[in-house]
Amino acid sequence: MGAPPSSDGSRAPARPLPGAGVERRTVAEGAGVAVFLALALFGVPALRNGYWELVLQTSAIYTIVALSLALLLGRVGMISLGQVALLAIGGWIALRLGFATTMPFLVVVFVTGLITGVLGTLIGLPALRLSGLHLALITLMFAAAITLLLEATQFPNGGGGFLGHSVLTTAPSVLHRPGFASDDAAYYRLVVVATGLMFLLVVAHVRSRAGRAWAAIRQSEAAALAAGVNVTLYKLWALALASFMTGVAGGLLAASGGGLTVYQFPTQNSIILLAVVLMGGIFSLWGPVVAGLLFEALPALLRTWGLPADLLTILFGLGVLQVQLTAAAGLASQVPRDLARLARLLGGAMGRRRGQELPG
Amino acid sequence: MIEISDLTVRFGGVTPIDGVSLRFPGGTCGLIGPNGAGKTTLFNVLSGFVSPTSGSVRAFGDDLLAMPHYRRARWGLRRTFQTEQAIEALSVFDNVAMVHEHTGGRRSRRRREVLDAIGLVGLEVDPGELVGTLGARERRLVEIARAVVGEPRVVLLDEPAAGLPEEETEHLGRMIRRIPGERGALVVLVDHDMSLVSACCEITAVLDFGHLIASGPTPEVLRDERVRRAYLGTEEEL
Repeated sequence: MGAPPSSDGSRAPARPLPGAGVERRTVAEGAGVAVFLALALFGVPALRNGYWELVLQTSAIYTIVALSLALLLGRVGMISLGQVALLAIGGWIALRLGFATTMPFLVVVFVTGLITGVLGTLIGLPALRLSGLHLALITLMFAAAITLLLEATQFPNGGGGFLGHSVLTTAPSVLHRPGFASDDAAYYRLVVVATGLMFLLVVAHVRSRAGRAWAAIRQSEAAALAAGVNVTLYKLWALALASFMTGVAGGLLAASGGGLTVYQFPTQNSIILLAVVLMGGIFSLWGPVVAGLLFEALPALLRTWGLPADLLTILFGLGVLQVQLTAAAGLASQVPRDLARLARLLGGAMGRRRGQELPG
Repeated sequence: MIEISDLTVRFGGVTPIDGVSLRFPGGTCGLIGPNGAGKTTLFNVLSGFVSPTSGSVRAFGDDLLAMPHYRRARWGLRRTFQTEQAIEALSVFDNVAMVHEHTGGRRSRRRREVLDAIGLVGLEVDPGELVGTLGARERRLVEIARAVVGEPRVVLLDEPAAGLPEEETEHLGRMIRRIPGERGALVVLVDHDMSLVSACCEITAVLDFGHLIASGPTPEVLRDERVRRAYLGTEEEL
């Protein structure tokens, strides 16, 4: 890594902001995002493979959950092991709203996000004074409690009462898709667009007053307080935003396949999510995309190859070890860096060979 | 003006500040003393990280201790830290701008005032540069720019010269002397570099084991027998 020169006299002190190098990087990144989105929106449905479309759809939904965890962990420095439980709560709320009201699908998903945002913030409230391991432990306990609770209540399936679950019917707990996205390909595209919107929401926050406050909090709460940052408020804001996004993901998941079941949200999934988020990288916005694919697409790949799914636990363990030892910023920054290094190596080797050939 | 009356801080059996009464009238004031004298604890009381056991602190007529700590920054209290705390993940500009936006600075004046603060501390780097890529000297200057942006009323500098080579310290001293005039702020400087303190401060107070042992015009204070003894005890050169 070549550190940029800091104070050589050749630089004008008041250059336009941001620097030209930053602009070029932004353009390149924008192009990368555009190509990726085009592939996701049009390339995947063109394959006409229903199985992989469904897998990538759930990958996109889990990308949102991974994004919420990466936001808390990478931007604010808060660790939560309760995101998968919040996802289940989001699914429950969306189903309850879907069965109880006639609100259109998108409104149901949005309101689900809002309610989950409030709930997630309330749950986080007592945990605000805690940090690190203690916060992780508290949120994990919360996830375990939710798993137990869900086993008792089940997901709403059109039954009566507050819980909305009836044991007499075999109806699945599935949210009705909107008319404009009732078939699988259209719903897949809707999920991809929603995921993109969540990324925009995070980018807008990170680049604003809130993002700068979070950066200060993550580095040192004392420095943040000395800078006038209301640390409690901005931590709550981060919790609310992360919970909102997870709630939206829950709403999207409720309409994704054959319906939600309690067994989809075991407590250990919260830990596995942390592992894939760390592997993907918590500082880059590509990290959650990698994490979502690792969480949902990699198991599917193993299944199609006929390999046992238990292999994943080992793979993820090794993966986290690898990332933490060699690239703390995660795969999203390690892979491009290593590829660039490889390209330079290859380029250098080619150049040397040509150099040798020329005089001879 | 800062008026500290009968301030005592007790942590369990330790009393890092014991009944200190002290006045910083204005301009640049020095606060010196051997390690463990209570200088940083006093800064921590002023910025709200430590609640005193007893005593009061009034700054320009306001009761500082009655404000929550993040509000004190909005009031105009700024500080730097012994271990520099510029935010690595943000650019130089954003580092300074975030203090401006969280202390009630006007959005319409943000760009100008932020660049102004960066200019005042003499930071000659691209404002778009990430602080994480800067060297120790520049990061310290970023931290001071954070402390002087907008409308500070009290600027607490905790060992800004620590680890800097001599010629950098001279530059730092010239810059610190400009803060009261250009910003209208009262500066309190804690440092072990006596040449920096004598160059910057008209008034200096000396703490030793939590007690105020001298205060007054800097040259007189530095000649004071009790001050010399306190420093000789820790093999500090005057």
